[in-house]
Amino acid sequence: MSAPAADAGVADPALQRAHEAGAPAWLAEVRRTGREAFASLPMPGRGDERWRFSDVRSLSLEGFAPAPAPSQEDAARLARGSALTADAAATLIFIDGHCVSRPELPESLRRAGVVFAPVEDVVRDRPELLRGEALRPPALLGGGKLLALQRAWFGSGYVLHVPDGIEIPRPLSVVHWALKDGSAALPHALIHVGARARATVHEWRLAAQPDLRTLSVSATDLHAGPGARVERLSVQNWGSAAQSFEIDTVAAAAGAEVLSVNAAVGARRARLENVVRLEGEGADVKLLGIAVATGEQEFDQRTLQVHAAPGARSDLLFKNALLDRARTVFSGLIKVAPGAQRTDAYQTNRNLLLSPEAEADSLPGLEIEANDVKCSHGATTGQVSPDELFYLLSRGIPLPAAQELLAQGFLEEVLTRIGDAGAAEAVRGMLRAKFHS
Amino acid sequence: MPASLEIRNLCASVGDRPILKNFSLTVPKGEVHAIMGPNGTGKSTLAKVLAGHPDYAVQSGEALVDGETILGLEPDVIARAGLFLAFQYPSEIPGVTIANFIRAALVARQAKGAPFDAKAYYAELYAKMDALKMDRKFTSRFVNEGFSGGEKKRCEILQLMMLRPRYAVLDETDSGLDIDALRIVSEGVNAMRGPDTGFLVITHYQRLLDYIVPDRVHIMWDGRIVHSGGKELALELEEKGYDWVKKELAHA
Repeated sequence: MSAPAADAGVADPALQRAHEAGAPAWLAEVRRTGREAFASLPMPGRGDERWRFSDVRSLSLEGFAPAPAPSQEDAARLARGSALTADAAATLIFIDGHCVSRPELPESLRRAGVVFAPVEDVVRDRPELLRGEALRPPALLGGGKLLALQRAWFGSGYVLHVPDGIEIPRPLSVVHWALKDGSAALPHALIHVGARARATVHEWRLAAQPDLRTLSVSATDLHAGPGARVERLSVQNWGSAAQSFEIDTVAAAAGAEVLSVNAAVGARRARLENVVRLEGEGADVKLLGIAVATGEQEFDQRTLQVHAAPGARSDLLFKNALLDRARTVFSGLIKVAPGAQRTDAYQTNRNLLLSPEAEADSLPGLEIEANDVKCSHGATTGQVSPDELFYLLSRGIPLPAAQELLAQGFLEEVLTRIGDAGAAEAVRGMLRAKFHS
Repeated sequence: MPASLEIRNLCASVGDRPILKNFSLTVPKGEVHAIMGPNGTGKSTLAKVLAGHPDYAVQSGEALVDGETILGLEPDVIARAGLFLAFQYPSEIPGVTIANFIRAALVARQAKGAPFDAKAYYAELYAKMDALKMDRKFTSRFVNEGFSGGEKKRCEILQLMMLRPRYAVLDETDSGLDIDALRIVSEGVNAMRGPDTGFLVITHYQRLLDYIVPDRVHIMWDGRIVHSGGKELALELEEKGYDWVKKELAHA
C-alpha cells in the first residue's frame, strides 16, 4: 500500500484505503465497496442526461480533504451559534464532519429505545442498525460516483431510530458546520421512524465564514413505517465557494405521512437528488423545495417520485427565485407502477427570474403504467408581474425593495408549510439576507 | 410655492390612441374635487398617468405636486413626492402580508438606515383598521388575496390613512361596494380631510358624493374637463344623465 501524498484529497484511493484499516469487517466492507465503485465510475459528463443543464465541466473533487477535528474553542464558539431550532428536543453538532456535541435525549425517549446519535457511536453500540448499509441501493439520479465517495468515507453523520409507536413531539436538530477551508465532509443520515411513530428532524448546513470553499457529500435515507408521521427540513447554507451534494431517499410505508423540505441558500453549486418511493397503500409524501440563487450560483434539483403501491399520494412543489447570473435546474419524474391504481401524484416547479441574465431550466416528466390515476406536472418560469410591481411602486417602495418583497411573497407559499414557525423564520432570514449580499 | 395638485394641458396616450387631450385641472390642498364622466372618457387613464404607470405615454403638458413636477418620474418617486393612488382594481400580492407591505412603504419614506418603530407602527395600524372596521387579523393576510370587493377598497383606504399623502387620487373607489362598505370607506376619507391633504375623487356615479361631499365637481368628456361647478353639479348630472353632457357640454 503506497503512502498517501502530502496533499492527498478525498478522491485519493490510497487515503481512502487507509480509512478501511482498523474498522469492523462490515464497515470496512462498506468503505471498500464505495472505494471500488468510486474508482470504476466516471465523473458526470456532458452526455449524461441526468446531469443535463448542469455545469459538469466545473465539477471537481480536487483540493478537498478530510479536516482534523476542531479545537475545543472552535467547537464551543460554533455551538453557541447552533440554536437554529428553538425548543429542540436534542441537538447534534458536527464540525467538518466531526461530531462535537452529542445530544442528551430525555430519559423517557432513551428508555423507549430512541436512538439519536452520531454514526461513530452507533457503529460501536448498535451496529445492527447500520449493517444493511453495505446493501444500499445505487443512486438513481446521476450521483453514483458521489455516493460511492460518501461510502468510501462512511463514518460521519447520524442515526435517528424511533421505535414503533413512539412520538417525539419536539423537533430534533442536527447542525453541520464547515469550518476549515478546503475541508470535505461526507455524512450519512439514517432516519428510521417506526410504525405509528412520529418525529421531526431539522438539518442545518452552515459555514463558520461566509466565503468558505468546502465540499459536502451527504446521503440521507428516510424510512417512514406504516402510519408514521415524519417531517424533515434540510437547509443548505454553506460558504459561497462550496460544493454541496445531497443524495437522498425517502421510503414511505402504508399510511405514512412525510413532509420533506429542502432549502438552498449557500454554496457555489449545490445539487439535490431525492428519490421518493411510496411503498404502501395510502402513503402521503409532500416534497417542498425553496431556493434563492444569486451571483454565479448553480442549484441543481433532481427528483423521482415512484408510486409502487395503490392509493398513495405525492405532491412536489419546488420554487426558485433567481438573481444576477444564477442558474437553477429542476428535473423531476413521476413514475407510477402498473399496480399503483388510484395514485395522486403532482409535481410543480416555479421559477421567478429577477435578472435578465439568470437562467432556470425545468424538465418535468411523467411515466404512468396504471390507468386509474390523477397525475399532473407543471413548470413555469417568469418575471414578476408588471401589475403587482406597479402596485408596490405606487406605494413609494423603490424597485429593488419591491422586487425583493414580491420574491419573498413568491417563496412564502413554501415557507408557510414548514411546520415549525421558528425554523421557518430562520430560513426566511437566510433567504432575505441573499437579497442584500 | 403653490399648495396644489396642478395639471396643465396634459396630453397622453396608450399606444397610438390619444386619451388625455389638453387636460387641465387644479386641486388646491385642503379641497376635495370630484371628476365625473362616462366610461371611456379617460378618468382612469388620468389616475394612472399621474401615478407614473409605464403603459401610458405623455406627449405634452405638466403635472405638479406643490409646484414640483412629477411627470416622467418613476412611480415610487411620485408616491414619495406625496401622491397616492387608490386603485379601482387593486392587485393581489401573494405571500406579502398587509403589515409587511405597508411597513415597506413607510420604511421607504424614512431616512436610509433609520430605525423603524414597530410598536408605534402596529398601534397606528390597529387604530386605523379599527376605524375602518377591519378585523385585526387582516394584518397577516396576503395583500388583497381572496378579499371581497369591499375588503380590497378598505385596504386601499387603510394604506391611504397610513401613508398620509399630500394628494390622493381615488379611482372609482365606490365600484363594487355595498352601502355599508361605501359608508365606512367614505368615513375613512372624510376623517383625513383637512388642510394638509387634497383629494381627487374619480367616479362614474353620484352616489359616492353623498358620502364624500366635494368642494368642486368637474365633468370629464373625451379626455378633458368640459364643465366645472359646485357639489350641486353632481346632482344635476345624476338627474339629466350623461346624454346631457354629450348634447350640451361636449361642444362648449
